[in-house]
Amino acid sequence: MSTQASPPSTSGVKLQMDHVRKTFERDGKSISVLEDINLDVRNGEFICLVGPSGCGKSTMLNVMGGFLSPTSGSVAIDGETVQGPDPRRILVFQERGVFPWLTVEGNIGFGLSKLSDAERKQRTAHYVQLVRLQGFEHSYPSDLSGGMKQRLQVARALAVNPDILYLDEPFGALDSVTRFIMRGELLRIWQTERRTIIFVTHDIDEAVQLADRVVVLSSRPAKIQDVLTIDIEHPRNLSSPRYLELRDQLAQKIGLAYSV
Amino acid sequence: MNWLARLRPVAFIAVLLIIWQVAIDRHPGQLLPGPWQTLRGIGDLLQHGLLFKYIVASLFRVTWGFLLAAVIAIPLGLTIGWYSRAEMAFNPLVQIFRPISPLAWIPIAILWFGVGDLSSIFLIFIGCFFSLLLTAMSAVHNIPDVYIDVGRNFGLSTPNFIYRVLYPAVAPQLIVGLRITLGIAWLVVVAAEMIAVNSGLGFLIVDARNAGNRYDLVVAAMVIIGIIGLLLDLAMRSLEQVKSFRWGFPEN
Repeated sequence: MSTQASPPSTSGVKLQMDHVRKTFERDGKSISVLEDINLDVRNGEFICLVGPSGCGKSTMLNVMGGFLSPTSGSVAIDGETVQGPDPRRILVFQERGVFPWLTVEGNIGFGLSKLSDAERKQRTAHYVQLVRLQGFEHSYPSDLSGGMKQRLQVARALAVNPDILYLDEPFGALDSVTRFIMRGELLRIWQTERRTIIFVTHDIDEAVQLADRVVVLSSRPAKIQDVLTIDIEHPRNLSSPRYLELRDQLAQKIGLAYSV
Repeated sequence: MNWLARLRPVAFIAVLLIIWQVAIDRHPGQLLPGPWQTLRGIGDLLQHGLLFKYIVASLFRVTWGFLLAAVIAIPLGLTIGWYSRAEMAFNPLVQIFRPISPLAWIPIAILWFGVGDLSSIFLIFIGCFFSLLLTAMSAVHNIPDVYIDVGRNFGLSTPNFIYRVLYPAVAPQLIVGLRITLGIAWLVVVAAEMIAVNSGLGFLIVDARNAGNRYDLVVAAMVIIGIIGLLLDLAMRSLEQVKSFRWGFPEN
């Protein structure tokens, strides 16, 4: 079992986690959440982080994004140590991530205030199209469905042209049919825009459907237990033997037997 | 059907007025003037040009006291709420001052500002200040972390963060706080005018009693105070319909 997750190909390393530990102090006790995480992520790669709930997946994502600083070790992007949040990599939250006081257009344009009006309009229109929210440009989030709000959040993130997208269980609050459609949409966007994506989920199917590699975390304190390469071309046939095999493997690694 | 539903409260008030009039007619005494007498009292005030003069005087004091409190208390409260250390330092102080009735400040108001407009404006200011300060402090606390994180993620400068995340996130709660506080200001102005000045609706009540037991004018002033309070509240409520604030209010 390898704890060092190295990329399968030799193309450029985008993000590198080097002996990252994270402990929280609570009531005078220190609780270890992340333990010696080492991970290399290739440029343009789609990584899913899976693990038992409460294991520290979100903490890991927040450390990568610069929202939390590691207790020891470091995260580097393009060889540069991450010091804090940065508009070059945007985190998409599970819920409530869009601003309710701005319209769809206003939300997508949120990170574009430095552009001229014409440029901002054009960029906003492009991403409205990309996430298929045409006709809702002037609607407020309260008038959108859960899936539309998440697409809006992804559009706002992509509009600032980030090189990494962190997604923290972005479809976790949606119903299963909408989740399924959203995965397709995300893959379509990923294939046209080619960003590095790091996607936290606790859904095994979601991970096998989306990821180039699935990083399996152990229960708390989280260590990288295994890394599973999903060697199936997109679009993936969800009843192909290879898909089912990988899904079973992943379930076993997480410690699930496949019966109810 | 809709306009019928709207008419219902008006009809109810009309019924109450009729009952009031009938009761007064059957037991004529000195306990309370009837609605008709009250209406004639309002007519009297109109004739002497006092009605609008007094309303304007009261509104003038409320406006200044309320605005001054809002301009000082809201930025201060937002700042204190944002920095947890400042909050730890200020919170006990605020909690001590808040339950003191603005009326308790009357002697001090007179000592500092003499008898006149300034005193009553000060009393209204005091009545609004702590209420707004607390509103602003708790509004900051209630901002979901997600909005703050998004603001940080997009690399906003501090002024930009305040203008584009902090302010819109607290606006609905501030509007509720301002609405409640305007009610307080309107309560305090009547009391303040009973002591410190010689115009306004509060003064009218005291003056009408002192100058010949004109209870029709007393009740007239009360009715007008109530109606203006209602109108002020409706005006503040209309702010809740502004589109970029509406998310913070339940659908009605």
